[in-house]
Amino acid sequence: MSATDAADAVARVHRAEWARVVATLARRFGDLDVAEEAAAEAFATAVERWPADGVPPNPGAWLTTAAHRKAIDRLRREAKRAEKQREALMPSDAPEPLGAVDDDRLRLIFTCCHPALAVETRVALTLRMVGGLTVSEIASAFLVQEAAMGRRITRAKEKIRAARIPYRVPASEDLPDRVAGVLTVLYLIFNEGYLASGPGVPPVRGELTAEAIRLTRLVRALLPADGEAAGLLALMLLTEARRTARVSASGELVALDEQDRGAWNRELIAEGHALVRERLASGRPPGRYQILAAINAVHTDARDIRDTGWSQVVALYDQLARLDPSPIVRLNRAIAVAELDGPEVALAQLDGLPLTGYRPFHAARAELLRRVGRSEESRAAYDAALALAGNAQETAHLVRRRDQLAGP
Amino acid sequence: MAQYLLSVITDSLDLATPEEMAAIDVFNDRMIADGHWVFAGGLGGPDTATVIDNRGERAVVTDGPFVETKEFLIGFWIVEAADLDAALRLATDGSKACNRKVEVRPFL
Repeated sequence: MSATDAADAVARVHRAEWARVVATLARRFGDLDVAEEAAAEAFATAVERWPADGVPPNPGAWLTTAAHRKAIDRLRREAKRAEKQREALMPSDAPEPLGAVDDDRLRLIFTCCHPALAVETRVALTLRMVGGLTVSEIASAFLVQEAAMGRRITRAKEKIRAARIPYRVPASEDLPDRVAGVLTVLYLIFNEGYLASGPGVPPVRGELTAEAIRLTRLVRALLPADGEAAGLLALMLLTEARRTARVSASGELVALDEQDRGAWNRELIAEGHALVRERLASGRPPGRYQILAAINAVHTDARDIRDTGWSQVVALYDQLARLDPSPIVRLNRAIAVAELDGPEVALAQLDGLPLTGYRPFHAARAELLRRVGRSEESRAAYDAALALAGNAQETAHLVRRRDQLAGP
Repeated sequence: MAQYLLSVITDSLDLATPEEMAAIDVFNDRMIADGHWVFAGGLGGPDTATVIDNRGERAVVTDGPFVETKEFLIGFWIVEAADLDAALRLATDGSKACNRKVEVRPFL
């Protein structure tokens, strides 16, 4: 086997098996740090050995066994230093329940997304422990120093150990809240990659969307009865499908009505639509992600912006507003209303929304004011949007739109 | 089982109201019945604190708390709980009962 083939095999197995290896070890040894370090060492051994020895027939089992040995070695070394610690860390004698492998990964996800950890810590820990990204990759994705990211992850593992954050699937009464917490983390990871995608962005950052989708697929597979997990996966797929069409070659954001719909990824759209249909067929009342996915399904169903089912979009935003009566939902609803009832009606609905510090609010007002011919006010709204922080693609788009307006 | 310190945090020296006292009693009784109870107590305010530093040659006595903060410790529970989830559930009920914020920390 060539060195390149072996490296490819290790990379593939890493994607497929990392979470399983860490999760299995975390349960056996009751310690995330031991699990993470032993898994990393086992993969390093694979990188050394597989080019010469070939990829073993069951790479996952090989890695789990190798990591298990590494963990025992570490515990023996530490046992010589601290007897007490050895007792705390020795694997329990409890028999392993059958079919516990997938449960282990779910346990790992719930531990990493525990509400006693800060949100940014949950994101980092999930990417490291479940996603298998290196500390340096996570640091560059979130534009922080590697040392700072390393400390954040180390502190989190120390808190999990000292405060005894449990390594298990939460009790059923806590489950809905805790699943919602996991989905929030996954959506944050996705948005971090999505909102920052485009030229000049470090590649790892762009890959966060793919990583978020991969992790959400895993959660969806582990919690097949959870409608919101399916909804979030559909939402991500339907958003990701439009990612390349959303930024122009010159690095400018392309609005939905200007996007080349032929460049949308049909495969992702088909998968997203199938998930939305599956949720509709369930007859259960949808949660936030399912409604957002349905809105995106309406958009991606139209071959041309003029074919968009705007009344359906508005109805879905009404449904969303009942779950989440936030001004941002009302803003998005008003944007759809503009297509259905005209920009004047939409402008009236924007009046008084407490969103003056929110860039998309001013951008939406600018577009509506432009459509009704109030150029002066439109220009002022573009300026208000540009005065607020935002990413470079969005800024380029707003500047171009503003400068198209007839001069004062 | 592990032990946790549930610190009651407040920004006012007002004593617990009769309603709060009654709710705390109910909560305490349930903790005792369920085997979580170790110890609990209410404290005087920061103005009643005295700090001793005897790390040098002579003990230095300072009037007041070791650090002035807007919010401060006014009472605590020490509880037995299986893990942080169990401790957080107790803290959730305790916070409701005493109508104040509660910080959860593990004993090492």
